[in-house]
Amino acid sequence: MANTETADNAEPTRRDFIYIATGGVAAVGAALTIWPFIDQMNPDAAALALAQVEVDVSALEPGMSLTVKWRGKPVFIRNRTAKEIEEAEAVDVDSLPDGLARNANLAADAPASDANRGADGREAWLVQIGICTHLGCVPLGQQGAYGGYFCPCHGSVYDTAGRIRQGPAPENLHIPVYSFVTETKLRIG
Amino acid sequence: MRNLSLTVPLLTAPYLRASLLGAMALGFGAFTSPAISQEGDDASEPTQAEIAAIDEEQEVHDTAHFPLKKPELLNWSFAGIFGRYDLPQLQRGFQVYREVCASCHGLEYVAFRNFQGHGGLGYSEAEVKALAAEYQITAGPNDEGDMFERPGIPADRFPSPFPNVQAAAAANGGAAPPDLSLMAKARGASRGPVWTVLDFFTQYQEAGPDYIHALLTGYGEEPPHGLEVAEGTYYNPYFLAGASLAMPPPLSDGIVTYSDGSPETIDQYSRDVSAFLMWAAEPHLVERKRLGFQVGIFLIVFAGLMYLTKKRVWAREAH
Amino acid sequence: MEGHSTYQPKNGAAKWLERRLPIMGLAHSSFVAYPTPRNLNYWWTFGAILSFVLAEQIITGIVLAMHYVPAGSLAFSSVESIMRDVNFGWLLRYIHANGASLFFFAVYIHMFRGMYYGSYKEPREVLWILGVLILLLMIAAAFMGYVLPWGQMSFWAATVITNLFSAIPLVGPSITEWLWGGFAVDSATLNRFYALHYLLPFMIAGVVVLHIWALHVSGQNNPLGIDVKSKKDTLPFTPFATIKDMFATVVFLILFAWLVFYLPNYMGHPDNYIPADPLKTPAHIVPEWYFLPFYAILRAIPDKLLGVIALFAAIAVLFLLPWFDTSRVRSAKFRPIFRQFFWIFVLVCIGLGYLGSQPAEGGYVIASRILTAYYFLHFLVILPVIGLIERPKPLPNSISESVLQGSGAAAPATGSKG
Repeated sequence: MANTETADNAEPTRRDFIYIATGGVAAVGAALTIWPFIDQMNPDAAALALAQVEVDVSALEPGMSLTVKWRGKPVFIRNRTAKEIEEAEAVDVDSLPDGLARNANLAADAPASDANRGADGREAWLVQIGICTHLGCVPLGQQGAYGGYFCPCHGSVYDTAGRIRQGPAPENLHIPVYSFVTETKLRIG
Repeated sequence: MRNLSLTVPLLTAPYLRASLLGAMALGFGAFTSPAISQEGDDASEPTQAEIAAIDEEQEVHDTAHFPLKKPELLNWSFAGIFGRYDLPQLQRGFQVYREVCASCHGLEYVAFRNFQGHGGLGYSEAEVKALAAEYQITAGPNDEGDMFERPGIPADRFPSPFPNVQAAAAANGGAAPPDLSLMAKARGASRGPVWTVLDFFTQYQEAGPDYIHALLTGYGEEPPHGLEVAEGTYYNPYFLAGASLAMPPPLSDGIVTYSDGSPETIDQYSRDVSAFLMWAAEPHLVERKRLGFQVGIFLIVFAGLMYLTKKRVWAREAH
Repeated sequence: MEGHSTYQPKNGAAKWLERRLPIMGLAHSSFVAYPTPRNLNYWWTFGAILSFVLAEQIITGIVLAMHYVPAGSLAFSSVESIMRDVNFGWLLRYIHANGASLFFFAVYIHMFRGMYYGSYKEPREVLWILGVLILLLMIAAAFMGYVLPWGQMSFWAATVITNLFSAIPLVGPSITEWLWGGFAVDSATLNRFYALHYLLPFMIAGVVVLHIWALHVSGQNNPLGIDVKSKKDTLPFTPFATIKDMFATVVFLILFAWLVFYLPNYMGHPDNYIPADPLKTPAHIVPEWYFLPFYAILRAIPDKLLGVIALFAAIAVLFLLPWFDTSRVRSAKFRPIFRQFFWIFVLVCIGLGYLGSQPAEGGYVIASRILTAYYFLHFLVILPVIGLIERPKPLPNSISESVLQGSGAAAPATGSKG
């Protein structure tokens, strides 16, 4: 376009303004147009609507587990035994590879004490997303050196509170937003 | 080729109107049957009344293209560039659907969650939950492998009144009541060439609700002379696919009790349920028109700037 | 495409690349330095508009394919979930559906422009043939795309169109079953149409590259239909043609937006919001508007095989158009008789479109037959004869002369080749 500017020198500023304005409007239009093409890949309204499940846990005696699907992922619900809680409580939080609770119901900097891992006021209940924080495999329950969870893919070992103890995983198992709607009904999400 | 072969007899005998009607009637199958009575060859001179009767019959033949009558065009709140759904009207329409239509017609593409907020019918989250819980949803299988009933949640879609199409047809004399989710976009009387062109400029997109309203209010008229309404069907000159249909008149004055004082008439019910079905078929209509206005303004400004730029670039060159 | 380039790589990286892959030079010579006749009018912007629409259709199509399910039992409901639940799904689908209509709208204008100004004539025959090939691919892509929503019109369009092949003697029925992958249009048919619908746009894009290549070899025709004689007759593609094309595209987008946002179902048929039902044909089936003229030709012939032959012949004659037209003068501007017959031909095509939308009975059939006969007569008789008997008006000496003096400059009509 450079050669056009040599001719018609009468109103250079107005011409420049038109070029800049047109280019600017075109850029804004292009940027806004891209958004629908990006946003269409986000979870759709139907997927978002199902992002909450309610689970009846009345049948879970201490020592029993239940796995439910939430947002396409497994959620481990475990009613822990007194021994498991005891073992978990005995651990020094400062010695853990990941010292944070990773509990979406608590503040992000909450320490990984057993009380912060278990359900609020019901420490026996452990509700966690069953996805290894290493590369996304599903760990096996009640296995491994710490009696908690063991991921068969790359050997990460979690304890009875779902905290990483050995192996490549960087974080404790994540705890989703959940609450007890009634004594026996758990709502995840 | 089946449907094309249907046209072949018409090609070879284009003026045999009776056979034409017969062929069309075949096309409509069990749903409609506009039987046309044939005047016998009478040697005697026809009386005045008989001539009138023949004329009327001729008229029926001439309007063999259904619907026999064009729908009245109504003023819809959602028509036009700034069209918006009237939320109280949608709620009333839903009430009509629920209390009258829902016993036979499903709404399979609409979920309870769609009712929430301004893009929906204006209900709150709690109201939607309560509404969903009033319906029983078949879910499962459970751990024993059985299906079970549970109260609905907002994510559920409307349960159909019949488990499948066959059951729906069996319970309704062979004609399954169609699902209503898309009814307001799936019907529309032909507008003819002139109106079709004008509709492009007037932005007329309400043929569906106009048709539904016309059909629901169109029962009860006397069929034209010479037109026999088939057993088990109901004459309705607005019906798209024939002169009569299998659905009995569903509405009557006072059948639904409105809480907002709107008139409890067939006409008002029909308007409300047509608006509701338009929303059910096109829930993003308001969003679409709003975005369209913004895009339109943008494009007009952009086109103006492009024109000025083009003029500048070309200013020094003869062309 | 080469030969016009004055491209000089400016920095080291550009020089490095240019010595290994002269792609910048190619782009420069094709879309910057490329000389365009300075008298092109706005009818010449439809090539750019069509390129834009093709890109838009491919992008929205790929995005829709992320959500669409090509199975008989799920196709219809997956389209509904796009319309209701997918973020901006309604917008993307309405753009894609109306984009198909506008693609044909623009391509028909593009073709009529070529016919009016004789753009198919020597040396642009291959350019024209590639264009008709693109039209043929577009027809196939549009037809298969129309099947995908799996509504009543989708299903019965698939049934009727695939049944065209059953008219072929001996092997017809085998071919239709092969197309269907069954004994009727069914889920298997839908799935293969989906695969082909995804493929065809890329084939179109490939032929478009050839089309543009051929265009850049022979150079653009222009409203005067005379050859470019000197540099004074042309302007560089950028910025002159680029900016004009962009302006026209934005104006075209206003029409596009009007359809997408305010008349999204205007081009469609209500019956396609009814799920496909193999047991019930709609009372009155019509193809999409852009197929209506061809559909009228098909129905005008009261014989299955001959009707199908007429349908294909209606497109086949377009391939041979460069040889039917015997006049050496390109532009209708200098052809008083041809100009009138051109407009009659446009009206006949519109008339055929109208008749295609009407029921095949009575006066409509007779009118269809007359217009069908005229359609073929135009190519087979009228064009050759006009070329022989018509006395063209005198052609200007050059584009620049005509532009500078208005169209007054006269020279003896010795043919466009000068």
